[in-house]
Amino acid sequence: MSFPLLTATAALPAVGAVATAAVPAARRTAAKWLALLVSLATLVLAIVVLVRFDPGGARYQLTESHPWIADFGVRYELGVDGIAVALLALTALLIPFIILAGWHDADPLETGSRRWRPTQGFFALILAVEAMVIISFEATDVFLFYIFFEAMLIPMYFLIGGFGDRAHAQGEEAASTQRSYAAVKFLLYNLVGGLIMLAAVIGLYVVAGNFSLQEIAQARANGSLHMATSTERWLFLGFFFAFAVKAPLWPLHTWLPNAMQESTAPVAVLITAVVDKVGTFAMLRFCLQLFPEASKWATPVILVLALISIIYGALLAVGQRDIKRLVAYASISHFGFIILGIFAMTSQGQSGATLYMVNHGISTAALMLVAGFLISRRGSRLIADYGGVQKVAPVLAGTFLIGGLATLSLPGLAPFVSEFLVLVGTFTRYPAIGIVATFGIVLAALYTLVLYQRTMTGPVKPEVSAMPDLKARELVVVAPLIVLLIFLGVYPKPVTDIVNPAVKQTMSDVHKTDPKPEVEAAK
Amino acid sequence: MNPVYYLYLAALLFTIGATGVLIRRNAIVVFMCIELMLNACNLAFVVFSRMHGNLDGQIIAFFTMVVAAAEVVVGLAIIVSLFRTRHSASVDDASLMKL
Amino acid sequence: MNAENLIALLIAAPLLGAAVLLVGGRRLDGVGHWIGTLLSTTSFVFGVILFADLLGKNPEHRTLMQHLYTWVPVAGFQADVTFRLDQLSMTFVLLITGVGSLIHLYSVGYMEHDERRRRFFGYLNLFLAAMLLLVLADNYLLLYVGWEGVGLASYLLIGFWQHKPSAATAAKKAFIVNRVGDMGLSIAIMLMFATFGTFAFGPVFAHATGASEGKLTAIGLMLLLAACGKSAQVPLQSWLGDAMEGPTPVSALIHAATMVTAGVYLIVRSGAIFNAAPDAQLVVTVVGAVTLLFGAIVGCAKDDIKKALAGSTMSQIGYMILAAGLGPIGYVFAIMHLVTHGFFKAGLFLGAGSVMHGMNDEVDMRKYGGLRTYMPVTFITFGLGYLAIIGFPGLSGFFSKDKIIEAAFAKGGTEGWILGTCALVGAAITAFYMTRVMLMTFFGEKRWQPDEHGHEPHPHESPKVMTIPMIVLAVGSVFAGGFFSIGDRFLHWLEPITGHSEGNSPLSAAAVTGATMVCLIIGVGIAYLQYGRRPVPAVAPRGSLLTRAARRDLLQDDFNHVVLVRGGEHLTRSLVYVDHTLVDGVVNGTAAGFGGLSGRLRKLQNGYARSYAVSMFGGAALLVAATLLMRAV
Repeated sequence: MSFPLLTATAALPAVGAVATAAVPAARRTAAKWLALLVSLATLVLAIVVLVRFDPGGARYQLTESHPWIADFGVRYELGVDGIAVALLALTALLIPFIILAGWHDADPLETGSRRWRPTQGFFALILAVEAMVIISFEATDVFLFYIFFEAMLIPMYFLIGGFGDRAHAQGEEAASTQRSYAAVKFLLYNLVGGLIMLAAVIGLYVVAGNFSLQEIAQARANGSLHMATSTERWLFLGFFFAFAVKAPLWPLHTWLPNAMQESTAPVAVLITAVVDKVGTFAMLRFCLQLFPEASKWATPVILVLALISIIYGALLAVGQRDIKRLVAYASISHFGFIILGIFAMTSQGQSGATLYMVNHGISTAALMLVAGFLISRRGSRLIADYGGVQKVAPVLAGTFLIGGLATLSLPGLAPFVSEFLVLVGTFTRYPAIGIVATFGIVLAALYTLVLYQRTMTGPVKPEVSAMPDLKARELVVVAPLIVLLIFLGVYPKPVTDIVNPAVKQTMSDVHKTDPKPEVEAAK
Repeated sequence: MNPVYYLYLAALLFTIGATGVLIRRNAIVVFMCIELMLNACNLAFVVFSRMHGNLDGQIIAFFTMVVAAAEVVVGLAIIVSLFRTRHSASVDDASLMKL
Repeated sequence: MNAENLIALLIAAPLLGAAVLLVGGRRLDGVGHWIGTLLSTTSFVFGVILFADLLGKNPEHRTLMQHLYTWVPVAGFQADVTFRLDQLSMTFVLLITGVGSLIHLYSVGYMEHDERRRRFFGYLNLFLAAMLLLVLADNYLLLYVGWEGVGLASYLLIGFWQHKPSAATAAKKAFIVNRVGDMGLSIAIMLMFATFGTFAFGPVFAHATGASEGKLTAIGLMLLLAACGKSAQVPLQSWLGDAMEGPTPVSALIHAATMVTAGVYLIVRSGAIFNAAPDAQLVVTVVGAVTLLFGAIVGCAKDDIKKALAGSTMSQIGYMILAAGLGPIGYVFAIMHLVTHGFFKAGLFLGAGSVMHGMNDEVDMRKYGGLRTYMPVTFITFGLGYLAIIGFPGLSGFFSKDKIIEAAFAKGGTEGWILGTCALVGAAITAFYMTRVMLMTFFGEKRWQPDEHGHEPHPHESPKVMTIPMIVLAVGSVFAGGFFSIGDRFLHWLEPITGHSEGNSPLSAAAVTGATMVCLIIGVGIAYLQYGRRPVPAVAPRGSLLTRAARRDLLQDDFNHVVLVRGGEHLTRSLVYVDHTLVDGVVNGTAAGFGGLSGRLRKLQNGYARSYAVSMFGGAALLVAATLLMRAV
């Protein structure tokens, strides 16, 4: 038996989480370093997975399969396709930056406060989330996936509710109340989604008799497993609802702004760049593969919802006064693009959507982490409290601008490629939707540049006049992300090469082919 | 004599017991009413045993008596200690667990 | 080494400059401006080498291709990083790098006292790199990268003095208005992909006639929308005036060598599509004609020297767009006017910058006057640029503009007459407003006053590093047009790419030239009567309704503000409210409903043993009853 690489990739951060939590209270710094090292080691494992993965090979690779709950046919089954590998790598890549960016976010508060911030817990929880996200990407057993999809909520709940921004306009008391509101809202939304999905998971078992994604998909493809149309639709809706909450899709989005606003910037990145990706990823992997016909049936409605997400999220981002809420609504708009790409059912749309998940992770991380550095300096999240930062902290402003430009999909930076692919993929099948979605790029320019203008330009406000520029640790966080954004914008081929074969498979799952051009131009 | 009359009696006794449990406040009386209900059941078991001509009902009746005896021990102990602490045997006063 | 391999270096040189200057940090403050200038000049040298190479080839084989790598490969969607250098892009390369390098040199002097000069040069280099990418790309997606890169660079440069809120706002406005245009370009690319399955120049142009005319018209209109954004054509022209917030060399760069010329390039490059979509062409000419009058009228009313020149740019680009919309009759002349305009407009802006340099950054022409004796070099170079732009016989503008007017008439029919008349009227107005600028700035009495701190400006000539580029550009303004026109050199150079047809003009060339001359004299004459004979009042008179509207950019900005900005604000505010109360309210309401329900249910747990017993008995009775009922049934 070969070395269980996928298990190791998930188990390493899990073990690391336990070890970090076990570090004695006094040795905070040691716990931080341990967490960072574990996340880096996980990144190394993820790179090994990436290298071992053969884009031209079988659909699922590096597979592991062991019986788990034999009575119900639940198996511990792992395997990755191109889409999962890309997202696995993204997760493993982002966690070290998240840890590094949150280096001081969980330090004990200075004298005068009774609140004790358990530093070890903060980093252990981040690693725990990483482990669960990774195994969600790897699981090819529906039940196994479901367990970790739900279990993820527990560490996330504590991360949102337990560790907020350092400074808050209305004092620690109010901050604490709002934090728990945000955390409970996050939990309830996702729990409701998860419970509905549980019903669908059980339903699927009743219909199919096992939980194996590959077996069910295969049985569906060769006709040995027949599902009544209505059954398939109900099951699809159960799955989709959970993923749409997680993604989040309009009108199930309102938990995201609260959660991102109240949590620290690194945790906000963890939510939107890593955890939410499980939702969109699962749409591609489970909804389309298990219920191809129902997916096609629901497509018109989902596309319209995605379109609303794009425009609505962008419009709301324009109207925000709070930096982090603004980024949250921008993310909602971006998730609209991802879902649009998935359900446009074209190769460009789905490759673009997968690429979008990766790029959005990186670009949001860059923007949000710099925003976090900014917020920690001034102690306020309100846009109106800033002005003229560019003059006193040019590097901070510059990196913030690049993060913003990535968010508005400037060509040359990574998100452009994916956004354009999504738009083209949508346009070839649904021209009207493609055109309306294009309005999103104007709105994106609007909210990004308005944010930049209000915070960074203009006369220097007295409160920011002594603001220090980025420190070495912060530069180490931001610089690689920016380099990556530029690299993947100029040369996205490494990612598309991995993703394309998987998308081709998904396209054949749903029995769709790309629309043919009107004029067949000679190559 | 028709054994059904004994069943009527058992039902009557059970109803009296149940009514007592519901309307009386004195813990001792409530307790006695519970005993009454148990014995009504015993009577019914024995009658059924007779009617069906096997011994199962009589065996169950013995079990019931044993349980009743155990219950008396525990129940009386509770009532006594309740009376000691609260100087009352009313069941309505024992509402400490209420929110 | 093959000439093809030089193409990428054209772009790489300024890109390297941008990277080094922006990442390098304070260490490079002392030499940054020279690095920037050197690298842009390097690019120009590469351009000249390639030009020599092209000249050595047969006119039919003057297209060089360089394939670097495959950029985005997804199923049928193939975007390559491939560069195409042909006569059209060569023309642009020389203009961009040539004029661009002169502006770099000028900026060394102009920005001497700015502590962020290094960064300024980094942005300038970025601008050149993006513009070069735009004109060298071999497919529309790569062109789009340059297209938005230009937008980014202009954003950074217009807002270079970020501490001024007006500059930051102007920069944002430029970018967002441009984004509206970019939307057009991206829809055009999507349409192309849906129609042809590709967006590379070669296959698209080769198969253009195979597509339905409706599709082609749609593509054409979307490309026009893109061109309107970048080239500041009506209705997306509003950013151009505000863009004057940037340092003056930036204005020169935006107006002469880069940015606004991109729209003209796009339309001429996409000639094959427009030729097959006459409806789209008609719209292009209409936009061009409207803008050329719009810009000219605005230019007449501005007292700010830079804004007057900005109106003039809008108007001149209108001429080019008009010519480009005429199809093969006009493509060559659009580009020719673009090149000559590049010389004289850059010269005019640098001259304006030189005037401001000597006048404590005063831009109000009513506070100038009589400057010709104080700054002779600026006066002469600006004067030559002035003569060129109004089309004084023998100078550059005369040849190129005259050709466009001829071409407009040559379109034939009523349209030809209307367009030609517009162009003629535009020529008259051009003569008027440029004469006005000239007279108000360099002639008459000196009108400057001490500022509020009591400093009186001391007009003086600018240093050599600034005047030399002005002199070079003035030489270009004088001779370029004649050089291009003698023996139809420019026509023969571009014809293999754009094609050419003579059209059928109802008027002879001489008649058109005569009419143009009459318009010129009328325009100059009126301006002289108004501003040369009488002293210029230091405070602007109230003016007619049209004048007042023109001062406010013909109310277009007010319209935008009321409809788009205010409307948008209301929309977003109400959406924020809706999101909070309605969408979130539904969810919170559900939660509150459950809370209330459980509050009620809690009351049942009253703590009385008897009440629990009742529910137990009740439950038991219910169960028994149910069992009996089921039995009975």
